[in-house]
Amino acid sequence: MKELLTGNAAIARGAYEYGVTLAAGYPGTPSTEILENLSKYRDVYCEWAPNEKVALEVGIGAAMAGARALVTMKHVGVNVAADPLFTAAYTGVNGGLVLVSADDPGMHSSQNEQDNRYYARFAKVAMLEPSDSQEAKDMVGLGLSISEEFDIPVMLRITTRVAHSQSMVELGEPGSREIKPYCKDVKKNLMVPAFGRLRRVSLAERMDRLAAYSEQSPVNFVIEGDNKVGVITSGISYQLVREVLPGASVLKLGMTNPLPLNMIKKFAARVEKLYVVEELEPYLEEQIRMLGIEVVGKELFPVTGEFDQGLVRRKFAEAGVLPAQAREQNPAAGLPQAPPRPPVLCPGCPHRGVFYTLQQLKLTVTGDIGCYTLGGLPPLEGIDTCVCMGASIGMAHGIDKAVPDLKGRTVAVIGDSTFLHSGITGLLNAVYNNSDITVIILDNRTTAMTGHQDHPATGRTLMGREAPEVDLTMLCRSLGVKRVEVVDPLDMARVKEVIQAEAAAPGPSVIIARRPCALIKREARSAVTVDQENCKGCKMCLKLSCPAISVADKKASVNANLCVGCNLCVQVCKTGAMKGGSADA
Amino acid sequence: MLKPVDILMVGVGGQGTILASKVTAAAARAVGYDIKMSEIHGMAQRGGSVVTQLRLGEKVYSPLISEGEADIILAFEQLEALRWLPYLKPGGAIIINNQQIYPVPVLAGAAEYPAGIIEQIKDRVADVQVLDALKTAVECGNAKAANVVLLGALAKKLPIEETTWREALAATVPPRFLEVNNAAFTAGFNFGAGC
Repeated sequence: MKELLTGNAAIARGAYEYGVTLAAGYPGTPSTEILENLSKYRDVYCEWAPNEKVALEVGIGAAMAGARALVTMKHVGVNVAADPLFTAAYTGVNGGLVLVSADDPGMHSSQNEQDNRYYARFAKVAMLEPSDSQEAKDMVGLGLSISEEFDIPVMLRITTRVAHSQSMVELGEPGSREIKPYCKDVKKNLMVPAFGRLRRVSLAERMDRLAAYSEQSPVNFVIEGDNKVGVITSGISYQLVREVLPGASVLKLGMTNPLPLNMIKKFAARVEKLYVVEELEPYLEEQIRMLGIEVVGKELFPVTGEFDQGLVRRKFAEAGVLPAQAREQNPAAGLPQAPPRPPVLCPGCPHRGVFYTLQQLKLTVTGDIGCYTLGGLPPLEGIDTCVCMGASIGMAHGIDKAVPDLKGRTVAVIGDSTFLHSGITGLLNAVYNNSDITVIILDNRTTAMTGHQDHPATGRTLMGREAPEVDLTMLCRSLGVKRVEVVDPLDMARVKEVIQAEAAAPGPSVIIARRPCALIKREARSAVTVDQENCKGCKMCLKLSCPAISVADKKASVNANLCVGCNLCVQVCKTGAMKGGSADA
Repeated sequence: MLKPVDILMVGVGGQGTILASKVTAAAARAVGYDIKMSEIHGMAQRGGSVVTQLRLGEKVYSPLISEGEADIILAFEQLEALRWLPYLKPGGAIIINNQQIYPVPVLAGAAEYPAGIIEQIKDRVADVQVLDALKTAVECGNAKAANVVLLGALAKKLPIEETTWREALAATVPPRFLEVNNAAFTAGFNFGAGC
């Protein structure tokens, strides 16, 4: 039976069919739906870990003990998990271990577009790259087998367009979930220097055997075609090349570490002109050049952004492979530019008032990763920075220690899920090193940006079971923070008062701004109304960046279909024109 | 031989583009099309611009539609019709819901919502259909069925039988909403015929 599946759903199906016993990950676009889908099969134990490093360690443990394990994360998550990854290559596995890295060329929903194929080469693990959903499912099975046969973790590298595109997948029956026997073996699994040296030599041998396998692997294959033009490609780029150059010879690489170097040499020898089509870095190109082979890659194709067939066609036309394209009449020529429609904080979002206040108070605000990063955009402009998960706290502390003018004026904002991911150690550092920073934990009781996943403070697991709920106040106090305040972020006067007091107070402070995400808990309140007589058209309410509020002809209006009655605009309005919604409407 | 068709569905988060694309994919599959469909939905709940790329053919490679390649654009909102118009193929068709949803830069007075979008598109594209899908959906019994009104208008343009569409719709929407969705589909489907 065939089904139309996203790459992510296909990977979940693969884990189910190919005997995965345990799966762990941390949510991150475009990887999140893998575990969400897999957890629905019930036969596979799935969990959200607080971060990617822990998720990978959970997977390594399960695999070492003999179970097949799947670990999922977005590309930047692999940075967090890199520490265990590099040494897991030394120890190897027992049951198969597949690590899914979901890269995001074009940065649809990420802070960078790093090319994680280099991780496989750097850490010395095998890498598979699917180009559609069927391959994504099949490569979970192949990856688990390779992992077991060569005693090595396998990275399955997908990109946004593989993760989130749907194509047909042949479904199979689930196989057995056998657990291999566990044998204590310290020379293999206890990486002290003496044993590490042994495993380092073993790793080199395993990579040699993998390189020989890569030459034979069914996922590396040639599409026979015209020998004038040969293209080496992998992942989604393969689909674009097949679309644009249906007659060309193509070497499709499904296994991109280690590369089948002899296969590449043979392919190069039989084509007149060789091209490499790959998104992001010249990963394949560099290794092909090291073989002394002449190849056209990044001199033609960009190193940035996502490709589509239009770009590939244009570039092959530039290179003379395709006839020059006639300039079609663009139907949009001469039309006005469409104003952007950026994502915004939702109506009723509990973060909105905090950012409004921070901007009003003109504090220096280090930000973090989540919905609340949207609070940095105009007109809220309530944060100054965003680097990576958990960075807000360390950065605020660095500013506090280094720049006297900003001392007592620096605030870190971080979400509940992000705080548990990697904010705790930053806060511990701030306490230990006598910081004067204020940390605001925007506690909306969920991992909102990626679609509302549970975490250790929500009281529920990925499998839907009840779980102990970590108490953030107690956690911060136990780290040594003496000043911990909990506020309702919809009470703007109180929010302002507390931020001012805590920013001025010596020592580190934590403010927990607690209210559930407006999308998961909708308060039963009626919409705000505008008293047209009192409205002076001053546009103060617009500074809240609420999609429900607009001002036309010097009068504000509130869209009753969007408004959830959070009443922030009522608190901001200086003329009393905004009339608050009642609680029991 | 199935005629290849590239369809772009564009709108604003929350307008129901995903349901429309699901039904279309199900109907296309029933008649034997190979399908690839790509969605960027990470920001869908945050009121951003959303797009679904749906490609039908005997064998489809790329899941994407490039500029100047879409046979049909189904625009759930006027500004999104304007934004994605460069993706329309010369001679392609565009179906536009006449609804206007102001983005925050417009609400905040930092940008203007362009005037006369539909007239300007009509000046440049021969095959333009404009619907008031929201009003039609309300008449059918539920404003939320506006997406299915638009789906009906799209269905009229594709080489797939009406019964196949009805089956795909019934298999996709919850049974208690089927009646209103069927009515909405009929209204959209008949729109081309001048009903």
